[in-house]
Amino acid sequence: MENEIAQVKATAAPEGSDRRLRRLRDRLGPLLRQVVLLPLVLISRAIDPVMRLIQAKAGTGGMIAVFLIPNMAIFGIFVIIPIILNFVYSFTGGAEILLDQRAWVGGQQYERLTDCQNYLDPLSCREDLFWRAAHNTFFFVLFQVSLMVSVSMITALILNRNMAGRGFFRAVFFFPVLLSPVVVGLIWRWILQREGLLNLIVTNFGAERVVWLNDRFYAFAAAIGVSTWAHMGFFTLILLAGLQAIPKDLYEAAEMDATPPARVFWRITLPLLGPNLAVVLVLALIRGVQIFDEAYVLTGGGPGTATMFMTQYIYEVGFASLLRNPGLAAAASILMGAVLVVLTLMQLGLSRRAEKARER
Amino acid sequence: MKKVFLGASVLALVAGTAAAQTQTPVRVMWYSDGVEGAVMADILSRFEAENPDINVILDNVAFQVIQEQLPVQLASGTGPDIARVTNLKAQADHWLDLRPYVADPAYWEANFGDRFDWMRPDGSDAIPGFMTQLTLVGGFANATLFEQAGIELPGPGASWDDWIEASRQVAEDQGLPAAFSIDRSGHRVAGPLAAYGETFIGDDGLPAPLSDDAMEFITRLVDWTGQGLMLPDTWVSAAGTTYRAAADDFTNALIPFYYSGSWQVANLSTKIGDAFDWVATGSPCGPVGCTGMAGGAGLVGIRYTQNPEAVARVMDYLASEEVVREFTERTLFLPAHAGIVAEGGLNFQSDDPNVPPALSRFVEASGETLPATDALPAWRWANSVYGALVTRISQAMAGELTLEQARALIDRDIADQVEAAR
Amino acid sequence: MSTILTFLTRRRGHGGRWHWTDVASWVWLIGGTVLMFGPALWLISSSLKDPAQLAEFPPTLLPYVQQTAAVEGHDTPLPLFTVTMEDGSTRDLAQVRRIGANAQMVDPGDPDAQISVRIADRTPVRDVGIAHGNYTDPFLHFDFFVYLRNSVFVTFFATILTLFTNSMAAFALSKYRFRGRDAVLLVIVGTLMVPLSVILVPLYSVVSRVGLLDSLWGVILPTIATPTGVFLLRQYMLTIPDDLLEAARMDHASEWQIYWRIILPLTAPALAVLAIFSVVWRWNDFLWPLVVLSRRELYTLQIGLNTYAGELNVQWHYILSMTVVTMIPVVLVFVFLQRFITTGIAGAGVK
Repeated sequence: MENEIAQVKATAAPEGSDRRLRRLRDRLGPLLRQVVLLPLVLISRAIDPVMRLIQAKAGTGGMIAVFLIPNMAIFGIFVIIPIILNFVYSFTGGAEILLDQRAWVGGQQYERLTDCQNYLDPLSCREDLFWRAAHNTFFFVLFQVSLMVSVSMITALILNRNMAGRGFFRAVFFFPVLLSPVVVGLIWRWILQREGLLNLIVTNFGAERVVWLNDRFYAFAAAIGVSTWAHMGFFTLILLAGLQAIPKDLYEAAEMDATPPARVFWRITLPLLGPNLAVVLVLALIRGVQIFDEAYVLTGGGPGTATMFMTQYIYEVGFASLLRNPGLAAAASILMGAVLVVLTLMQLGLSRRAEKARER
Repeated sequence: MKKVFLGASVLALVAGTAAAQTQTPVRVMWYSDGVEGAVMADILSRFEAENPDINVILDNVAFQVIQEQLPVQLASGTGPDIARVTNLKAQADHWLDLRPYVADPAYWEANFGDRFDWMRPDGSDAIPGFMTQLTLVGGFANATLFEQAGIELPGPGASWDDWIEASRQVAEDQGLPAAFSIDRSGHRVAGPLAAYGETFIGDDGLPAPLSDDAMEFITRLVDWTGQGLMLPDTWVSAAGTTYRAAADDFTNALIPFYYSGSWQVANLSTKIGDAFDWVATGSPCGPVGCTGMAGGAGLVGIRYTQNPEAVARVMDYLASEEVVREFTERTLFLPAHAGIVAEGGLNFQSDDPNVPPALSRFVEASGETLPATDALPAWRWANSVYGALVTRISQAMAGELTLEQARALIDRDIADQVEAAR
Repeated sequence: MSTILTFLTRRRGHGGRWHWTDVASWVWLIGGTVLMFGPALWLISSSLKDPAQLAEFPPTLLPYVQQTAAVEGHDTPLPLFTVTMEDGSTRDLAQVRRIGANAQMVDPGDPDAQISVRIADRTPVRDVGIAHGNYTDPFLHFDFFVYLRNSVFVTFFATILTLFTNSMAAFALSKYRFRGRDAVLLVIVGTLMVPLSVILVPLYSVVSRVGLLDSLWGVILPTIATPTGVFLLRQYMLTIPDDLLEAARMDHASEWQIYWRIILPLTAPALAVLAIFSVVWRWNDFLWPLVVLSRRELYTLQIGLNTYAGELNVQWHYILSMTVVTMIPVVLVFVFLQRFITTGIAGAGVK
């Protein structure tokens, strides 16, 4: 996996820049660097002897530990332990929040979650809302990932062309990635509401006003569209880097043979983009399954439960709702985690295979 | 020179910390729906001036923090010293019994005693705190819209059907998107359900299955939404137990009738201003009565405080008759202080001619509540019932469930909560 | 001039003709620009409207304010309306007050004669203008500078610590062979897929046990050991040739010096990307600070914003304006550093 990501590395040459600006940069750069680095130099003077001592006492192995411990300690306390606790929670029952006050119930929560007559009909399940969330998440991921990959692909192909303002447009599509999910949800809720911008446009074309977020179809489409809007810039960049890493002479050769563009795409571009595409696909899948903040702010899960996704279900049951049940939420999150692990293994498998194919 | 300066600043630092050490800190977690945060800050700064040994820190938080974070803090034995809470009964174990600390327990009993059962475990004689205000669920009508449409406002004793029909005519005449809306909250619909005959509490004190009477109103509510009479934005466009108010739709004159509660008076007054005339209507009637739900927010001491004496002094001050009176007059809330209610003569601070009649209509309506609703604030399972009602009724409105399915699921959700607490 | 022209019209095909794909590309790019920036611009425009205007339909593209006129005999300026009279003519009148469905109006030029008008027959006279109160009020009531300080504190220290701890771990994981290395890596990558909202309750109890509740460090510490950062830096460090390290060891450099003097400077581009992302993530964090912080003096900007959502009402006009304010640093990052990100992120491959 590491190789392919290293391979994704951009080789983009700096684009034509202003000469005067460069001169200013050349003059200011070293000065600025010295000012910024001064505290670092001082720190390093102080640390060096200590580290030397540790290395002398504990050897290189000790130094590995020194490098790893700060990160892994924090990681262990704030990520691993909560995950383990979560696992324990899923075997307890009751409404109490703290683990030591909760009763052990064994696999009851899992039984309750998976108690279904027909998995395709949420209403036949003991926990109908869990299955509704599962269905919604499944369809969301299916459509959102397809849309995300195709839109990012098209944009990357266009940005890979030799045209004016490429740097500008590349930045344009990246802009929403920097916004917080809450702001993204807020902006679009504001546009899609009854008195919003979209209805202004729609009525200008003579159509009737629609309360978009009250309609099952439109609300679902909005959740898909908005999350694509917010993240496509990121995936576009990964694909673009892959496109730029494809040797130019391949295209030149194809051009000399007068190969039709569609054939060039299927025979050269797509196969060579394989590893990047795999990264994009699996990352988009993982993020799709985790969808929460922007959809929650945008639709609140409505209309009805049409846009209630898995993470919202877990958050509501475990934390927010009047009908709180932390054990059930933990069990649901473990099940969701299992699905995510399968997706990760898929990522590893896919990239291994792509790597082998490339070596051949 | 330099040394003198250094010495002086060290001295100042020491003096500063010394002063801070002698002051007892008291943290108040407070949420605001209107101006009450500013009023409380003002009152507390006067308290601090009179009591220099106590440092009261007012944390204005979002309501969500009270609902979601405070319970977790309480469960882990932490939290502020005082908090303003609406979910009083279910968390009663965490409140501090002020009885040994307050100056005059008899004063508290006499003026707030009626509502102690809302906030203490069954059978206890604790003084956990006091209600900062009473609230009563009830309706508001846009009188100007009714006037423009040439429709009479339904009078006292008008039923839910009468009100919705009149609002429908107004909405049609004025080209409005809907006739009415109710806040997305189980607490709001509990009153109408009781007016149709639901009693909620079974003989064993546990939740009873939903009655046919309750289904009568729920059926109406779902039908009204289906016909586009009830604004779908509030209920349908959210999942789970999320709270949504329709106040903005009312202040923007999108709906002629709005069912919410007394706490909206100050908010409506500032938001609507001079744009139209509005009146409080009390609760429309069902076959059994014309009841809304009484409730309110309580200010309670937290058991885990380090300084119960200081907490009690702050509470004594805030619960004193003149402070309660001032708070009530400035916030336009209904008072929960028996002495003030009996005495009357509150001088509500508002230039808005719509406000005084609205407040007196709510005071009047508070005499019309049914025993079934009066029992709910002191009932442990009320929140479970509210949560299940909201979740499932909105699913029925969105067409995901039939009414029968919704009924079965409401009963099951509530039973799950009872089961989980065993 | 001509060079600009040729630059602008440079495209795929040979010769001077436009290929249809050129047209399609431009349509896509320009449409994309409108779609990407439009919503943010709409947010800014909306944030300058007063509450009444926000509720209006159809909404106007630009913010307007109602005109007022000083009328003799009235202490405060009166709002101006255009009134359609019974004979169909229109007049600009000032409103004295509204009673039920009628309004009492006066002509500012003739303040004595009161005219009664049905409210449906009048429309406010407005000019383009901004409701600056949306921005100034929160600065007065809302502890803006306290929240700003907290946000900056969290963002700064979280980013510094992220860079340090992640780069050290990445160095160990990329340049040494030791038992359990792959297991450590797998665990780190595995946690990439655990969303915070899922482990909220256990994480909360851990933070509460450690005593970091209601402390900015409680917000900072759990976020710094980002699997993303370790992964990104490790991938980059793998591309640094091991010969460099060997040469340094020959010169008796300590392991620490290798990390500090050789690896870190060479990893600068990846560190820059991580730094930028860390700044943006920590600045935008919402759910976790909301859970940890319940004291006003510790609120970050994003949490402060949330206090405008009370039990009853959402004060949209303030939320919109404060959203714009919190977006400013992100936009600055975008304007000045986007080239770093857009070229560097591709090198990372993984967020």
